[in-house]
Amino acid sequence: MANQEHIVTSFDDELNSLAQKIAEMGGMAEQQVGDSVAALSRRDEALAQRVISIDQRMDELQRQIEDEATRMIARRQPMAQDLREIVAAIHIANDLERVGDMAKNTAKRVFAIEGNFAAQRLVSGVEHIAEMSLAQLKQVLDAYTARDLDGALAVWQRDDEIDAMYTSLFRELLTYMMEDPRNITFCTHLLFCAKNIERIGDHATNIAETIHYLVTGVPLTEERPKKDTSSVTTVEYTESDD
Amino acid sequence: MNDASKLQVTLPITPDTSAAVASSAMVREGEAAAGPDIKVAARNVDVFYGDKQAIKDVSVDIPERSVTAFIGPSGCGKSTFLRCINRMNDTIDGCRVTGEITLDGLDIHDPSLDVVELRARVGMVFQKPNPFPKSIYENVAYGPRIHGLARGRPELDEIVESSLRKAGLFEEVKDRLDGPGTGLSGGQQQRLCIARAIAVSPEVILMDEPCSALDPIATAKVEELIDELKANYAIIIVTHSMQQAARVSQQTAFFHLGVLAEIGSTQEIFTNPKDKRTQDYITGRFG
Repeated sequence: MANQEHIVTSFDDELNSLAQKIAEMGGMAEQQVGDSVAALSRRDEALAQRVISIDQRMDELQRQIEDEATRMIARRQPMAQDLREIVAAIHIANDLERVGDMAKNTAKRVFAIEGNFAAQRLVSGVEHIAEMSLAQLKQVLDAYTARDLDGALAVWQRDDEIDAMYTSLFRELLTYMMEDPRNITFCTHLLFCAKNIERIGDHATNIAETIHYLVTGVPLTEERPKKDTSSVTTVEYTESDD
Repeated sequence: MNDASKLQVTLPITPDTSAAVASSAMVREGEAAAGPDIKVAARNVDVFYGDKQAIKDVSVDIPERSVTAFIGPSGCGKSTFLRCINRMNDTIDGCRVTGEITLDGLDIHDPSLDVVELRARVGMVFQKPNPFPKSIYENVAYGPRIHGLARGRPELDEIVESSLRKAGLFEEVKDRLDGPGTGLSGGQQQRLCIARAIAVSPEVILMDEPCSALDPIATAKVEELIDELKANYAIIIVTHSMQQAARVSQQTAFFHLGVLAEIGSTQEIFTNPKDKRTQDYITGRFG
């Protein structure tokens, strides 16, 4: 950015406070996502509980960012880069809050699947997609901190890998369910977890788009490559129809 | 003496569009206007006060039926440049203007052009409301009357009423048209000055910080008025309020140290300026 400071220094303080809160939210979101998947694969209820309770802090931070941003717009009437900083902060806080919700939802399912029959191999696909989503989230948050347009665009372009992965996982879980009906409860929960995690990737690309607007001043209007075809995916059941 | 009193007209104007029709038949000089019709075009304009150069090589197009805002720090030359457009700088000793400024393609410095006519076609509203120490009616009727724009009282009444209406003031003053113009509130006085300016059917209206002495309500009324007036006039407004420029204008020009640093669509200038000086100024970073 290499921006000169404002004549009114408290304006800079306010902008810094905003950026700091986004950084805090980002760190927490990463932690939540990582922990929720760890809790899922280990059926670790204590960890899942921690993910759920930390979400309150995320909501609180998002509210604070919104309040501060609104107040700054009213008091400072920001223009140009400043305006984009503030608008971007509102958007990103919103996306991160949703990421927190997704992680919380995944964590909640740890309690639901407790005691269900499950083979560990069923979880590995979810772990894999989670790794990808988490990497996307990390990179996009780094790009935000550094105002790194290329980094943001790389995240934006890579989301189709998560989409493709999700579609294949969808197919895989359906197959497990057909193999053994005892898998159905567990796999359905896993499917929702996978969907949550796939959505986290979408929020990472939203943030990438926000960074594009923040840095260049123009919205990213290009159509993003999409490979999530799960909505039209079916798996043939070979023995009988239901 | 107040310069707005020099507003007058020699054109045979009845409705306020006839002047524009008449002038559009004139040959355009310089480059042909691309996109919107260009009402005023400045090319390589320099202004000197004695030895000091106040404006350096400014070229700008002012489109028809649109509001252009001039912004910039104090002393950047925006008001000086504004005054070039109706040759108000002629009245300042030691002030020299070079370069070309055209109105409908015709050079405003052409010796055959009557400067008084120019100032009728290019009206001006000032920072401080400056009504004549006369009645409200006379403030508006003065210009049309001395230039014979009205044949008789009924016609003059009509001009006064329609001008006051266009300025959004008629309803507020219709019962006291004989009362003194100076008895109005600041905001009303400013709208009276706008009514006075449009009474002689100008084509361009220059506004030099028209709201800086007004409260927010009066400012909002003047801004609303500017928005309505742009349907018929090319308007240029000099303002120190960036928010005002953002609200009322379609095009914004940023002046800095006598140079036109950046000009572009208002939306672009205020959300995504290209020039670092513009960015620093509008975000309050100028050291």
